[in-house]
Amino acid sequence: MAELTLVDAVRAALAHALEEDPTVVILGEDVGVDGGVFRATEGLWQRFGRDRVRDTPLSESAIAGMAVGLAAQGFRPIVEIQFQGFIHPALDQIANHAARLRNRTRGRLTCPMVLRAPYGAGVHAPEHHSESIEAIFAHIPGLRVVIPSSPRRGYGLLLSAIRNPDPVVFFEPKRLYRAQREEVVLDGADLPLDTAFTLREGRDLSVVTWGAMTRDCLEAAEALAAEGIEAEVVDMATLKPYDAATLLESVRRTGRCVVVHEAPRTGGFGAEIAARLAEEALDALVAPIRRVCPPDIIPPLPRLEAAYMPSQDDICEAVREVMAWR
Amino acid sequence: MQSGPREMDETAKGHGIAFSRFLTPDGTLSGTAPGFASDRAELVALYSGMLRTRAFDAKAVSLQRTGRLGTYPSSLGQEGVAVGLAAAMRAEDVLIPSFREHGAKLWRGASMKELFLYWGGDERGSDFAGPREDFPDCIPVGTQYPHAVGVAMAFTLRREPRCAVVVGGDGSTSRGDFHEALNMAGVWKLPVVFIINNNQWAISVPREAQTAAATLAQKAVGAGLPGEQVDGCDVIAVRDAVERALACGRGGGGATLIECITYRLSDHTTADDASRYRDDNEVSPHWAEEPVARLREHLVKAHGWTKAEEERLRTENHAAVEAAAEAYLATSPQPVTAIADYIFDALPPDLRAARDRIAEGGNG
Repeated sequence: MAELTLVDAVRAALAHALEEDPTVVILGEDVGVDGGVFRATEGLWQRFGRDRVRDTPLSESAIAGMAVGLAAQGFRPIVEIQFQGFIHPALDQIANHAARLRNRTRGRLTCPMVLRAPYGAGVHAPEHHSESIEAIFAHIPGLRVVIPSSPRRGYGLLLSAIRNPDPVVFFEPKRLYRAQREEVVLDGADLPLDTAFTLREGRDLSVVTWGAMTRDCLEAAEALAAEGIEAEVVDMATLKPYDAATLLESVRRTGRCVVVHEAPRTGGFGAEIAARLAEEALDALVAPIRRVCPPDIIPPLPRLEAAYMPSQDDICEAVREVMAWR
Repeated sequence: MQSGPREMDETAKGHGIAFSRFLTPDGTLSGTAPGFASDRAELVALYSGMLRTRAFDAKAVSLQRTGRLGTYPSSLGQEGVAVGLAAAMRAEDVLIPSFREHGAKLWRGASMKELFLYWGGDERGSDFAGPREDFPDCIPVGTQYPHAVGVAMAFTLRREPRCAVVVGGDGSTSRGDFHEALNMAGVWKLPVVFIINNNQWAISVPREAQTAAATLAQKAVGAGLPGEQVDGCDVIAVRDAVERALACGRGGGGATLIECITYRLSDHTTADDASRYRDDNEVSPHWAEEPVARLREHLVKAHGWTKAEEERLRTENHAAVEAAAEAYLATSPQPVTAIADYIFDALPPDLRAARDRIAEGGNG
């Protein structure tokens, strides 16, 4: 048991995986002697050596492509892309190769790899350091998209991602990296992928979210409780393939849903949630589904960042609006 | 337009790019040829591999023209590259092809039926019964190069004396993945052999419009790697260069780039019509350089290759190709549910439900 932040928990999961499985290798820019720009791999190079924890040239596409080659050869590469905003060159390798290798070869070659990348806004970062583009990845068949929202879930979900026989992109909300400490049992136990977590139960409506916004949603739910509104908070955690059963069960019970994400609106993953509910739970809905998310704008530079991010007030207001429907 | 085998120019010399050719277009072998080049059985094996490839290509094009195969990229005129590189490789090496290395795949033990299946639209054609670790064809141009870096890294981590051999065309050398992979292989001294089949055309774009570099081989120099050119229509030169590069990789000497100069005698694929962008006048001289006739000339002149032997080989190839085509055409399609079965190791609930609907005749 240890009191860990999310970034500590990520590091602990990486260390556990390197310890338990000799085929696990870490690749990325500055992941070695420097321990990663967020220190997610701090000390691992010193402990496990250069063959297991490897600094690469600044070459996102080839890092991802090389991981495909390693994975096809029976290794379990864990790639760190320094920021999600820099993952685009790797998208070709992820979509055209990592996600398809099993299918293309009828299972002869497989691709058990994890691509980790810090994502999200709210930390006053430079340009291109605040993206939230999970929906692009969730659109790719053959890929798992996992986003932890706490140290415990960071530890357990990352271990599952590494042990999974298929490619996983693992987006770490950097706003939460050091925002919270939590007791984490470092026993190597993993948490299930493809499973949503109900973080707060509530009878009145379902707030569906993931990543850094879960904290804002939980805080909003507490504030709303004082007004007599009991919101259920569901952390989707795995966006693809996602846990429709938990989502549908919750909304069928409450009859109301607000989806909260920090990615832009159009084509965001909230649209998938809303479409699924419209297809399969329309009869149970007593109010329109509301999305709380930024409009279709580029994450602004830090001075206007607050205007971009959905706030606790935005969430509360949307909830009140949805609750006003009779 | 300058294309095909040629003397290196000043720029290439400046980068120390050597050009090798042992067998001239008229079938004369130079005195400096490697040892295997005087061994009749070795030469017959190379010749046989190329002739088989040509027969396979011809059948594939004919199947496509009659509506029984999908779009197909012929390797006509470039058989020397595929066969030469495969002959140099060991079974335990791994081939990471582009999509024109039919001859290499057949040499390494993929079956003609599997190749027909793949180009006929069936994923089982990439589930080679023979070379289990070889990569399937790579359609997005140039994206295969980083895979070779990873495969070679795996060999290095396991201390195995094996090499990754990756192949691409002249057009692919303009892509970032090519340069990124060369760079990484250089940094880590990985056992990779990068082979460029420079057939002078990337669909309609000629080699000269692809890059201002005098050679493609010199692109290795910027990554700190050796690069060389060979006459890709000389299967002996290809095999020799790849053998040397493999020995270098196996011995810890790192990666090599080999530019094989060939000419694409066919269209890019069966979906292409090269007459839209190049004259027959441009193509016809290259028929005098093609690799199959060249080696046959040499076998006849230097090794007493007889008409009867030639006839027997052609008959055997014809029978093998026809039998494979029949087996391919007689192969039942996969069950429709197969479209969902290989997306993940285990089907998640949504896909399981979709698979059930597909099984009942729906679209999932």
